[in-house]
Amino acid sequence: MSDGKVLLQVQGLQKHFPVRQNSFIPGGKRVLVRAVDGVDLRLYEGETLGVVGESGCGKSTTARLLMHLIEPDEGSVVFDGKTVGRDLSLREYRRQVQMVFQDSYSSLNPRLTVLDSIAFGPQVHGVSAGQAKARAEDFMQRVGLDPSRFGERYPHELSGGQRQRVNIARALSLQPRVIILDEAVSALDKSVEAQVINLLMDLKDSLGLTYLFISHDLHVVRYISDRVLVMYLGEVVETGPAETLFKAPAHPYTAALLSSMPSMDPDHRTEEAPLSGDPPNPINPPSGCRFHTRCKYQASMCQQSAPSLVPIQQQAEHQAACFLHHPRSRHPQAIKP
Amino acid sequence: MLQYIIRRVLLTLPIMLGVSLVCFALVHLAPGDPLVSVLPPDASAALQEQLRQLYGFDRSYPEQFLSWIGRAIQGDLGTSIASNRPVAAEVMRAVSNTFMLACVATVIGFLLGSLFGFVAGYFRNSWIDRVATALSVVGVSVPHYWLGMVLVIIFSSLLMWLPATGAGPGGSSDWVWNWEHVKHLILPALTMSVIPMGIIARTLRALVAEILAQEFVVGLRAKGMRDFHIFLHVVKNAAPTALAVMGLQLGYLLGGSILIETVFSWPGTGFLLNAAIFQRDLPLLQGTILVLALFFVILNLLVDIIQSALDPRIQRG
Amino acid sequence: MASQGEERSDGYWRGVIRRFLADRVAVAAALVVFALVLLALVGQWITPADPFQASMLKRLKPIGTEGFPLGTDELGRDMLSRLMVGAKLSLFMGITPVLVAFLIGSALGILAGYSGGFINGAIMRTIDVFYAFPSVLLAIALSGALGAGIVNALLSLTIVFIPPIARVAESVTTQVRHRDYVEAARASGAEALTIVRVHVLGNVLGPIFVYATSLISVSMILASGLSFLGLGVKPPQPEWGLMLNTLRTAIYTQPWIAALPGVMIFITSISFNLLSDGLRSAMEVKQ
Repeated sequence: MSDGKVLLQVQGLQKHFPVRQNSFIPGGKRVLVRAVDGVDLRLYEGETLGVVGESGCGKSTTARLLMHLIEPDEGSVVFDGKTVGRDLSLREYRRQVQMVFQDSYSSLNPRLTVLDSIAFGPQVHGVSAGQAKARAEDFMQRVGLDPSRFGERYPHELSGGQRQRVNIARALSLQPRVIILDEAVSALDKSVEAQVINLLMDLKDSLGLTYLFISHDLHVVRYISDRVLVMYLGEVVETGPAETLFKAPAHPYTAALLSSMPSMDPDHRTEEAPLSGDPPNPINPPSGCRFHTRCKYQASMCQQSAPSLVPIQQQAEHQAACFLHHPRSRHPQAIKP
Repeated sequence: MLQYIIRRVLLTLPIMLGVSLVCFALVHLAPGDPLVSVLPPDASAALQEQLRQLYGFDRSYPEQFLSWIGRAIQGDLGTSIASNRPVAAEVMRAVSNTFMLACVATVIGFLLGSLFGFVAGYFRNSWIDRVATALSVVGVSVPHYWLGMVLVIIFSSLLMWLPATGAGPGGSSDWVWNWEHVKHLILPALTMSVIPMGIIARTLRALVAEILAQEFVVGLRAKGMRDFHIFLHVVKNAAPTALAVMGLQLGYLLGGSILIETVFSWPGTGFLLNAAIFQRDLPLLQGTILVLALFFVILNLLVDIIQSALDPRIQRG
Repeated sequence: MASQGEERSDGYWRGVIRRFLADRVAVAAALVVFALVLLALVGQWITPADPFQASMLKRLKPIGTEGFPLGTDELGRDMLSRLMVGAKLSLFMGITPVLVAFLIGSALGILAGYSGGFINGAIMRTIDVFYAFPSVLLAIALSGALGAGIVNALLSLTIVFIPPIARVAESVTTQVRHRDYVEAARASGAEALTIVRVHVLGNVLGPIFVYATSLISVSMILASGLSFLGLGVKPPQPEWGLMLNTLRTAIYTQPWIAALPGVMIFITSISFNLLSDGLRSAMEVKQ
């Protein structure tokens, strides 16, 4: 998988949001929310990359930056080797990369029928109305909704799971190569969630898709992902193959996240809460390593400088940003390779 | 808080500038010669030119505007063409009359409207609610100048209890709060009060119903809180909005009093405006509209500030 | 809203109509409005007498006089006929400004709401300046400046109503603009105009329209008010506000006749208000 083709790549992605604060009063500071602060990301063709982190870590903003729904301050998106905006038009890019949002209800225009919503995308790109409708019906079938029964319905007449299937069909109707799923199943009931996830996996195989799966639910991410990326306060702290990361997390934050998962095994119950304190404010992130304030391994160096991503145990694919793993690190508890 | 006030005031300045610009433009887009009311038809060209220079009508528009604004800031609004008296003095006198009328009307409207609105919201969907709502719809829908006429018909013409027009025996210049004067105030004030009554009743009804429906009120009741305390709680929460609406209505009445003042010949700004329009008295017209509009803007500003002081969650602008 | 997708529920508009028809007050108001509009359209052909025929002998005959069921006005013309014919002008003056302001105001507001940023600021600040005037004052000032006459009155009223409609339009459009389905539409690569046409308009015009209908009664009262002051319709054209003006002198001799035109204005105004309220309630229910 990971020696496959890189389909989507960003480097140094950055987005800061100004907070409106007394701009008329002279001397007022310009305050910034550092939502995404230097994210590097690679998406290989045919894989599912899971992105996890707590609320406010910047996952959704990253997704929107990747979709170019927001303009990045720094860093550009490269798709299939071509820079979006320069070698590849935004319009063409949008045919290749699509997104499914978290709120199934607000993702659909309440005034359009299901078929109209799905057919909109193709029609924008020049497909005739008749063909677009036929394509919409085809994709409805693929997501498990009978077009003759559901096609003419309005969003409010469908259940949450059905609406999310419509959203998936809508994303598929443009026949993209990549789909970004931003908490796409988080708002669904558990049983429905399982069905939709299995649907997603089937579609990925049958249509040869690549997924970027954003979620805060670690169980789901583990089940569905090939590789995982962990974000904290706008930065990437660890990335690696799913199984490796879940079995042997390298970054203290990842370890804490994983141990806070409610255990499925009654013999190995989760006892203590490994993470203390509240997630800090992205307006004033801690200096140096952003996690140091909540890390049980924190040392003075962690406050002074920020660690970069380094390979773990000489595996190029598994990387973490922590001084514990830096070669020749002077961290008192540094792990010798 | 102070920052908010400063910011809000600063934001109002461009609006005031815009308002004076519109005011100036309005008046000068009138077709026809502004001096027509003063000049005899056969006036010589020299005389026309002289008067034009006197009033400044020979200068370019931007010049006229700037000099008008410049003097207005110092309190000089020019001289009325028709009456030859300073505009500022006339407008201020008229404003005090209208202000008196509008204040009384607003208070009456507020009291009645609050009563109806409160009752309607408290006893939602009962017959009381329906009556109160009907009254407030009437208040908002009735053409108030017609209502004035009807009241005059009933109380002046038929019953002869109250006078139909005017502001009292000596005019408004020496107003005293005795029956001789107040009886002139009653009908116009009542007529004028109908509009704010309707609006406040409608606003309060919705507001009270909404507050009562909030889940924590149910919680308060469950805790055994007595009805009177719940009532106080509703009043406390509804007060900022109600006062805001009242303030806005006052401003609206100040600016929009012309119709009622015409019906009752009440010597206020509306009456003055009427005269200025028909006599095509440009300085007077400009000055009156400017003062009224600015009053409205400043009143809005005050209402915003007071409202956000009472309820910090509301911070507009 | 927990339908499992098994039974079909109403489409949006069918639901609105159903709720509206269940509201008796609203239906009654709608019927009255319908009757008035009908009167406005055909009134001039079904009057019992000639509304323009004056007769100094027949001045101010009381209500119930033979041949003149509602009496005669100060020039001896039949009141009933004049009231009927007056409907056309009065309703026209009331509805037209709101209609035109709806078109222009919506366009401005939607443009401002969807574009955001500088364009929004420019449009809305300009509108704020006009909004800073109390509407009666602005209407009268504009009318006074432009002069009397129907066209001028229509123009000034339209200008008065554009700001409030534009503000509502901008507010609603800004809300819709940030909904996920608009983001999704942007994500499919559609152009702004397409998105506005397909996704924004359908969700935005409804609330704006309902707000506009609530302005009709205000417009009617203002238009009649302008005529009342001598700034709108000119005599001898029959218009209710103007009739109130010319009949003022008759308050002491024939008070009830003098009050009649106002009754018509009142009925029209209240019916439009109730109709508008009914529409709003019918459209407001969340699914």
